[in-house]
Amino acid sequence: MTVTTITDAQLAPKDYASDQEVRWCPGCGDYAILKAVQKACADMGLVRERTVFVSGIGCAARFPYYMSTYGFHTVHGRAPAIATGIKLANPELDVWVMTGDGDGLSIGGNHMLHVLRRNVDLNIILFNNEIYGLTKGQYSPTSRRGTRSPSTPLGSIENPVSACAFALGAGARFVARAIDTLQAHLIGVLKRAHAHRGASFVEILQNCVVFNDAVFEHITGKDVAAEAQVLVDHGQPLVFGKNKEKALRLKPGTLALEIVEATAPDVLVHDETNRPLAQLLAALEPPFPAAMGVLYCSPTESYERDVYAQKGAALGKGDLDALLNSERTWEVAP
Amino acid sequence: MATSAVSRPGGRETRDSVVIRFAGDSGDGMQVTGSQFTLETALAGSDFSTFPDFPAEIRAPTGTTFGVSAFQIHFGGTDVMTPGDSVDVLVAMNPAALTVEMNDLKVGGTVIVDTDAFNERNLKKAGYAKNPLEDDSLARYQVLKFDITKLTADAVKPHGLSSREAHLCRNMWALGLLLWMYGHERTATIEWLQRKFAKKPVIAAANIAALNAGHAFGETAEMTEHMVGYVVPKAAVQAGRYRTVSGTEGLAWGLVAGMRAAGIEKMVFAGYPITPASALLHTLANLRAYGVVTFQAEDEIAASGAALGASYAGALGVTSSSGPGIALKTEMLGLAIATELPLIVIDSQRAGPSTGMPTKAEQSDLFQAVHGRNADAPLAVLAPTSTADCFNIAIEAVRLATKYMTPVIVLSDGYLAHAAEPWRIPHEADLPRFPVTYRTDPEGFHPFLRDPETLARPWVRPGTPQLEHRIGGLERDYDSGHISYDPDNHARMTAARAAKIAGIANDIPLQGVALGEDHGKLAVVGWGSTFGAIHQAVKIARDEGRDVAHIHVRYLSPFPRNLGDLLKRYDRVLVPEMNNGQLVKLLRAEYLVDAEGFSKVTGKPFRVTDIAQRIRGGAPPPSEGSGLGGEAG
Repeated sequence: MTVTTITDAQLAPKDYASDQEVRWCPGCGDYAILKAVQKACADMGLVRERTVFVSGIGCAARFPYYMSTYGFHTVHGRAPAIATGIKLANPELDVWVMTGDGDGLSIGGNHMLHVLRRNVDLNIILFNNEIYGLTKGQYSPTSRRGTRSPSTPLGSIENPVSACAFALGAGARFVARAIDTLQAHLIGVLKRAHAHRGASFVEILQNCVVFNDAVFEHITGKDVAAEAQVLVDHGQPLVFGKNKEKALRLKPGTLALEIVEATAPDVLVHDETNRPLAQLLAALEPPFPAAMGVLYCSPTESYERDVYAQKGAALGKGDLDALLNSERTWEVAP
Repeated sequence: MATSAVSRPGGRETRDSVVIRFAGDSGDGMQVTGSQFTLETALAGSDFSTFPDFPAEIRAPTGTTFGVSAFQIHFGGTDVMTPGDSVDVLVAMNPAALTVEMNDLKVGGTVIVDTDAFNERNLKKAGYAKNPLEDDSLARYQVLKFDITKLTADAVKPHGLSSREAHLCRNMWALGLLLWMYGHERTATIEWLQRKFAKKPVIAAANIAALNAGHAFGETAEMTEHMVGYVVPKAAVQAGRYRTVSGTEGLAWGLVAGMRAAGIEKMVFAGYPITPASALLHTLANLRAYGVVTFQAEDEIAASGAALGASYAGALGVTSSSGPGIALKTEMLGLAIATELPLIVIDSQRAGPSTGMPTKAEQSDLFQAVHGRNADAPLAVLAPTSTADCFNIAIEAVRLATKYMTPVIVLSDGYLAHAAEPWRIPHEADLPRFPVTYRTDPEGFHPFLRDPETLARPWVRPGTPQLEHRIGGLERDYDSGHISYDPDNHARMTAARAAKIAGIANDIPLQGVALGEDHGKLAVVGWGSTFGAIHQAVKIARDEGRDVAHIHVRYLSPFPRNLGDLLKRYDRVLVPEMNNGQLVKLLRAEYLVDAEGFSKVTGKPFRVTDIAQRIRGGAPPPSEGSGLGGEAG
């Protein structure tokens, strides 16, 4: 039969929503992320049948069920491995990995390291709420020291991992950070991630209203946001504050940043192709503002492209009889 | 199993079959020597079976017992089905090889040694207080003492090699001598040396000189030292074109043939290095031209995940490992069962638990394959009976995986992976065809709509318009495929998953009897690589007039549907396995038959005599037979 393909360029955000009832807790930051992804898909005119959302386990991992594209809800931490297999089988598919801080940095930390290092062309969106939500509130690898949870009644004594610093350390070629509620900015980051060929890593600070409410309030709170965030933009000075009156620059004679007046000399201009700068930005902690936006983008050929571009790597339909008769054979007469 | 001399045509004695073991240091080139001897044997028209036995250490210190590398070949005119129980001719390149391999030498057998290697240092490393060549410790054997080191050095002298390079030609000298002993040609070996050392013509020429010198020495020594040459008859085999095939090659090519048969364009083979399974990854990595993409993943879990992702995307996803790695793939097998996607898992079993004995074969992953998952998680399990059968079983695995949308585990083992046999090369045109259909029709579609006959769900490739859907590990509704926690639905889905796998029994051959009648006093039931040893043992017992049959089970989940009835037609059922009793328990559980187990867990394959003796009712030999016994390894 003939199949009519809907021209996806005309699709609205709601057309990327499946018919399934969304089952996150009321007020969960995941709703905002779902909305932003659907809007970004519509803006970019993604073709639904060529788009695959792959996830592991956790609250974030329910994401594929709510999209009208292809979706694969897999096992805990393994989405990058499964997504790699999908891209090896069909490099033309547009594959997204939806993960969380536990899924992507704890049980799946090894896969995350390798998928970034290999630079498989995937959009990897890590929802960081610094807590295990689906298992009811245990501390996660991104939880700060002192986090009290059912498994750390005295407070966590572990040092957290910084998602973006990890990604940069793993050799990711695209690393960005965004906030669930900062919609326009988030949609812009998602589009940049999608446009980047290779592994794109996006950390989204996501609020868990039930188990870790307001954990990012010191960054995202309306009253503090201007002071607590520096929105980075390639080619633009790294300024922040209510009136953009503050700026970042290299502390003379060191490899550390310092906060200065925006009018001071040698204010840093963001260069997203500069890995050391990205590492400095990714690691910023109070009293510095948290860096938001595309921290690093330096494209190179993606893994699955290289797999097929290697010399002698072309797939063929070689002669099976020739293969079976290769090397030494002998004839036994009747 | 050589028989005594019957005649001496052309000055040579006749042997029905012969077992030779080449043994030396890891660096002595024994595997290469054995492979070349095998090739010349094949070209001479004999049937054969080989077994390489090499140490786990990559380069063990020279001269040590744990650095001994051996290659055994059994060849002859009839019934060569195993690498042979005991050795007729042992080539021992140093004292360590002699002490390690001596036990398997027949009384009256021949030992060929390089006297130069029996120096004080090497003797000490091998644990000899005295030189065994100088006392009567080898009196029960025919010992041929040659200074192979010096004879090789003399032969290669014109080529100006360093003494180290000359030393490396010793194996070719020994090979030349053995080729002379059995009247084999040298042509294929000379051609192989010329190819292998194409860029080092001096080395090629020196090795050829050593080979020729060994051969010439045999001819001369026949006169001077009463050395005997032998004739081994050709095997009466089906006409056709033959080659040698290892289990690894059989599996690799079978997977490619299966992919072709299914009409699938691409295979994604994802693996992680592990002994003894890595050889399959290496073999397939060279088959790009046949549509194979290989992926060395970061771990076993990722390897199985990438293979499953590839299957989800419409390719043939294959992953491979050995027992400890299969354990790590368990959760992905569960996901493949839940999402009902095809996935092929090759398990080259080795001795365990845990790291166990990586280079030693065992059949102890049967329980893991059949039952080793959380929850009720059935899948299909197959086991090849020989290296040649590896090819067929791989094709069958692809057929079942794609037709029933299920993971299929193939239980090979470390012995099959490396062993080699002659193989009548099939023609692609004669291979089965079972083209898959990817669903493209949106009419009435849901992802878990089942084929009424096979109960398989449709295979849909992402990229297909209007079939966008979501699948995952959460339980899903039988009628819509949406997530469902409904109690009755879960019961229904559990039953559907079980019925789908059980139904495969209607789509596989009935269980046959490999040798003997389909009823009687005793059935010896095996699976996997023990086929040859069981078959020979049953043959011997039948020749002795015993009422015994051989049944070999290739389909282990589900079993062929007549298996239970068949087993009940025998008074006794004996199940020899290279494990502590696994198939025997499955058979007892499934069919309530009073099957008896017979375990061998020494890391070495069954000997024919182990099984023959057990059939006769004798106790197994103390160091080899019982499940509790075992030899140092």
